[in-house]
Amino acid sequence: MSTVAVANLTKSYSGAPALKGVSFQVEPAETFALLGPNGAGKTTCLEILEGYRTPDGGEARVLDMNPATGGRRFRESIGLVLQVTSLELELTARETVSAFSKYYPKPLNVDEVIDIVGLGHAAAKRVKALSGGQQRRLEIALGIIGDPAVIFLDEPTTGLDPDARRKIWQLILDLNSRGKTILLSSHYMDEVEALAHRLAVMKHGEIIAEGSPAQLQDRFSDHAVIRFGLSGNELPDDFPGPLRQLVEVSRGWATLRARDPAPVLADLTNWAFRHRYDLSSITVARPSLEDIYLKLTGDGEGAR
Amino acid sequence: MLLWYETVHQLLLFARRPASVFLVIIMPVILLVVFTELFGNELIEDKDVTTAQFYTPALAVFGAVTACYSYLAVATANARDTGILKRIRGTPLPPAIFVAARIVSVSIIALIAVAVVMAVGITFYGIKVYWEKVPAGLVALTAGTMTFASLGMMVTALCRTSELVQAVTSATLLPLAFVSNIFIRPFREQPAWMQFIGDVFPLKHFSDAFTGMFRPGLKGHGFVWQETEEIYAILPELAIMIAWGLLATALAAYFFRWDNRSA
Ligand SMILES: Nc1ncnc2c1ncn2[C@@H]1O[C@H](COP(=O)(O)OP(=O)(O)OP(=O)(O)O)[C@@H](O)[C@H]1O
Ligand SMILES: [Mg+2]
Repeated sequence: MSTVAVANLTKSYSGAPALKGVSFQVEPAETFALLGPNGAGKTTCLEILEGYRTPDGGEARVLDMNPATGGRRFRESIGLVLQVTSLELELTARETVSAFSKYYPKPLNVDEVIDIVGLGHAAAKRVKALSGGQQRRLEIALGIIGDPAVIFLDEPTTGLDPDARRKIWQLILDLNSRGKTILLSSHYMDEVEALAHRLAVMKHGEIIAEGSPAQLQDRFSDHAVIRFGLSGNELPDDFPGPLRQLVEVSRGWATLRARDPAPVLADLTNWAFRHRYDLSSITVARPSLEDIYLKLTGDGEGAR
Repeated sequence: MLLWYETVHQLLLFARRPASVFLVIIMPVILLVVFTELFGNELIEDKDVTTAQFYTPALAVFGAVTACYSYLAVATANARDTGILKRIRGTPLPPAIFVAARIVSVSIIALIAVAVVMAVGITFYGIKVYWEKVPAGLVALTAGTMTFASLGMMVTALCRTSELVQAVTSATLLPLAFVSNIFIRPFREQPAWMQFIGDVFPLKHFSDAFTGMFRPGLKGHGFVWQETEEIYAILPELAIMIAWGLLATALAAYFFRWDNRSA
């Protein structure tokens, strides 16, 4: 049995469709990510699974319960971090976690959870005196204090500095290694690559690609990217004409995209060798997941 | 148990909000001192009561209503605007316990406000307590706090933003306090329409039922229906308060939303 199962979910807001038939499953102890641009429907999807909203059609099940009607038993087994921060500013961090611990039948130890999220030194501080990243970590503490089996994280690291992001990533990886099933949403491909076993790319209320990061890379990287630094910021005048059509120049770098890199590389290196052109900065790579994501969600015809 | 924890939690939040503590607990005391010093603490109303004997219980009612009605409504609407209600709704805390804890906590705050202003009146202005009427007075106080807590929840449920809730609670409480024997003692016959407004809304009934306990001219234990010039009768006042309370509860339960941002 999948921990989270979503089948053909639809939802409209006063006529405007936000979800147009979304289906996916999350297996026990898996980390699954919803990735997509603003308005793609990630929050709508998560909030249906959290029991806040009822879908117009389709089915959503979490731990074999219906979130909309699961009631207290359902809420005891999930933990959540909402997209928008919502904390009582007058309380201290410790008081906040302690208050939430009373709501759950088998809460974790309050001080341990505060340590896990790295707020040990700030436990006695008022919430209003915490930084944005610390407030986010406090919200993660509230999400895990009840020792839930499933955790929903809606953009857990948006607005944080790189260091704070890494710390939250480590936290999520640790939670996952303790057997939690995690469903998160994100705008960042690097985040999803670091955390998720599988991901779904959403756009306009639909899933346009799904799989593990490696699978997506295999499926959508149909070309190689060749890059090298230009001496003098411009292509040399004697650069071969056929190659010139393939090159994009930007900020002193030349980029060539080719389905079959062999002939392009042969021509390029041949020319460079004959003209003693410095190619020491050359790289040949598959497109990054970031590239794939941008291409998938870009305004073009998309993919599938 | 959970109800108790949550109540203490709400009390802690109140204690951490100095502006609210000032409005609910300190303000009635300031008004009592100002009115008594302004008018002089002498016998008024046909030499029946002193100024302080009139104003102390009246301002106690005002403090109780500020807690149960204004503070409850504004604090709850704020928590809704900032997503805190929505976040709580995502925990296993049963909604009934959450709402009950908020109401119990503001009732305790109301009791503290009443106790403080009464203590000042008794200590500094020689207020007399008529013990045979105390049980009825406490019943009136309980009914009043419950009624106004329901009204507070109703205002929160009917208004979308906390700014609106703030405006509505002030715009209703202050004018009503003037026609409900709280800020102004009825030294002469009021215009009929003013009397009518006072009679329709529950504040005057709360104030009359509680302050009657401190009027030497009113006799009896209070648990009677027939109201006359000389008899302390809270039951008719209770009936009207309970009617308002039930209406408010029904509207609050029907229109209440945990989150005013999402559909
Ligand atoms: N409460 C609401 N009322 C009306 N429309 C809504 C509501 N919530 C979301 N929408 C609309 O539904 C669509 C999906 O929104 P949703 O919040 O699910 O997107 P998202 O993927 O979470 O976006 P973001 O990355 O900006 O958080 C959007 O077009 C949005 O305008
Ligand atoms: Mg969102």
